[in-house]
Amino acid sequence: MKEFVDTGKKDTRSGFGAGLAELGNTNPKVLALTADLKGSLKMDQFAAEHPERFFEVGIAEANMVGMAAGMAIAGYIPFIGTFANFASARVLDQIRQSVCYSQTNVKIAASHAGITLGEDGATHQTLEDMGLMRMLPGMVVINPCDYNQTKAATIAAAAWDGPVYLRFGRPGVPNFTPADQTFEIGKAIKLNDGADVTVFATGHLVWEAIQAARILEEKGVGVDLIDIATIKPLDKEAVIASARKTGKVVVAEEHLVAGGLGEEIAGVLAAACPTPMRFVAIDDKFGQSGKPAELMAAYGLDAAHIVEAALSF
Amino acid sequence: MNYTLPQIASQVRRDIVRMVTAAASGHPGGSMSATDVLTYLFFKEMNVTPENWCRSGEGIDQFFLSAGHISPVLYSLLARRGYFPVAELATFRRFGSRLQGHPSVDKGLPGVNQAAGSLGQGLSVAIGAALAKKLSGDPNTVYVLIGDGESEEGQIWEAAMSAAHYKVDNLIAMTDWNHQQIDGTTEDVAGLGDLRAKWEAFGWTVIEADGHDFTAIEQGFAEANRRKGLGRPVMILWHTEMGHGVDFMAGTCKWHGKNPSADQCAEAMKQLEETMGDFAL
Repeated sequence: MKEFVDTGKKDTRSGFGAGLAELGNTNPKVLALTADLKGSLKMDQFAAEHPERFFEVGIAEANMVGMAAGMAIAGYIPFIGTFANFASARVLDQIRQSVCYSQTNVKIAASHAGITLGEDGATHQTLEDMGLMRMLPGMVVINPCDYNQTKAATIAAAAWDGPVYLRFGRPGVPNFTPADQTFEIGKAIKLNDGADVTVFATGHLVWEAIQAARILEEKGVGVDLIDIATIKPLDKEAVIASARKTGKVVVAEEHLVAGGLGEEIAGVLAAACPTPMRFVAIDDKFGQSGKPAELMAAYGLDAAHIVEAALSF
Repeated sequence: MNYTLPQIASQVRRDIVRMVTAAASGHPGGSMSATDVLTYLFFKEMNVTPENWCRSGEGIDQFFLSAGHISPVLYSLLARRGYFPVAELATFRRFGSRLQGHPSVDKGLPGVNQAAGSLGQGLSVAIGAALAKKLSGDPNTVYVLIGDGESEEGQIWEAAMSAAHYKVDNLIAMTDWNHQQIDGTTEDVAGLGDLRAKWEAFGWTVIEADGHDFTAIEQGFAEANRRKGLGRPVMILWHTEMGHGVDFMAGTCKWHGKNPSADQCAEAMKQLEETMGDFAL
């Protein structure tokens, strides 16, 4: 199996901040708005370098979505940044009507997603957001796995004509994808070829899936490992091809089973090539306070649980 | 032929009643309370024509209807102003029509900038559009109409705070203060209270005027234009009457979202002069 080198832990939100800062210097149409979370979203550099294009909206997320829609109508490319829960569930109807149905080119930067938000607890640990967002017609949903990929995805989101929900996290995680990559929206990323079982992973679970694949290879189980960074539009071709090849599919994500990537893939495979599946995700539960790694283990979202799932067919 | 504003408004009210009657659904009450103000806006006030209108609003005045349920008045005015054929009004709320129950952009109806219907969102959108004009150096104005009942939405007050904070003084917001909503009067339903004091407390310049008297409407807009560019957003509270123009529809919440019967429509037609020619049904 190919080596994946962790070049040092970095948070994915800083990847967003770096991508936004680069966009600030390369695309004068890019704007940034935040609901009192400039620092948490790592928007400081953009705000400092382009104060006229940065809008602190205050703790008023619904208004922030609407303002961004108005700016997008005028031809700008606004990125709105807040915690994922407040960027999705809290403003679902504003995103539905003012962004998706109105076809406005708004980019939603959703940080601190999932259980790895940690100590703040379940009020802030959104595990439903990908489901809510992927249900909206016309919405693109991206869930990158590390700093480099998040930076590249941010730049790709700006170039995409239409609404994008870009989901990333709070803690430092291994940074292992190429620094100079170009992110292709809608394209699955093959990390390893294997014939025995497929693992589709997204976000923070990709690194865990790489560890799991190593363990499985040592046990003689070849893993077809695929990073699904774009949740929607799903790379159906890649999904079906791998499922056909291995006949066994594990999906790993930091999300509820309901509405998640696993359900999305199950829907595709049920129609194209019904395949036995296992879901490494959280089943119908809220999170709780704790350290990210501790929570990932307790809620079954780590390499050990992926190995277990892969061996359970 | 040139029509007077009262002549246009009379035809628009006929269109509204005939559209909702034909569709057997829709919202005539608020459409008729906002008719005179919006007739003035479309035919006298705004720097935009059907020829130079563009969704981006670049180089023109922009109008956002936040209270999307009063789509009949918007559609009638757009048609009567020449944005699309008057005959298309007959398709209102029909399958495949560009004239959706609530305004949308996905079917490409000229003159519509943004979907509206779920209330409370349009003011925020208008603020974003106005800030965009400031960024790009466009000296034109953004207008937005919200309902008085709509002002019960929390997002309206988030937007109110933001507009004052950002000194959005190229925005003229308007409230159709007809004192009625679906379940009753705005006082009985939600204790809407003193809107003037509320908007002033949020840092806005507030103008009040009679929304059914064209002289007062002209003065109201003139005053709003004088107050533009002074560092504060402007709100015009138009005093109006739901269902204005037809005696049995006026001043009651009963006609918020109800279509007249054929007989009631015929009775309403007797009270509203046909000036520009009815669309064919």
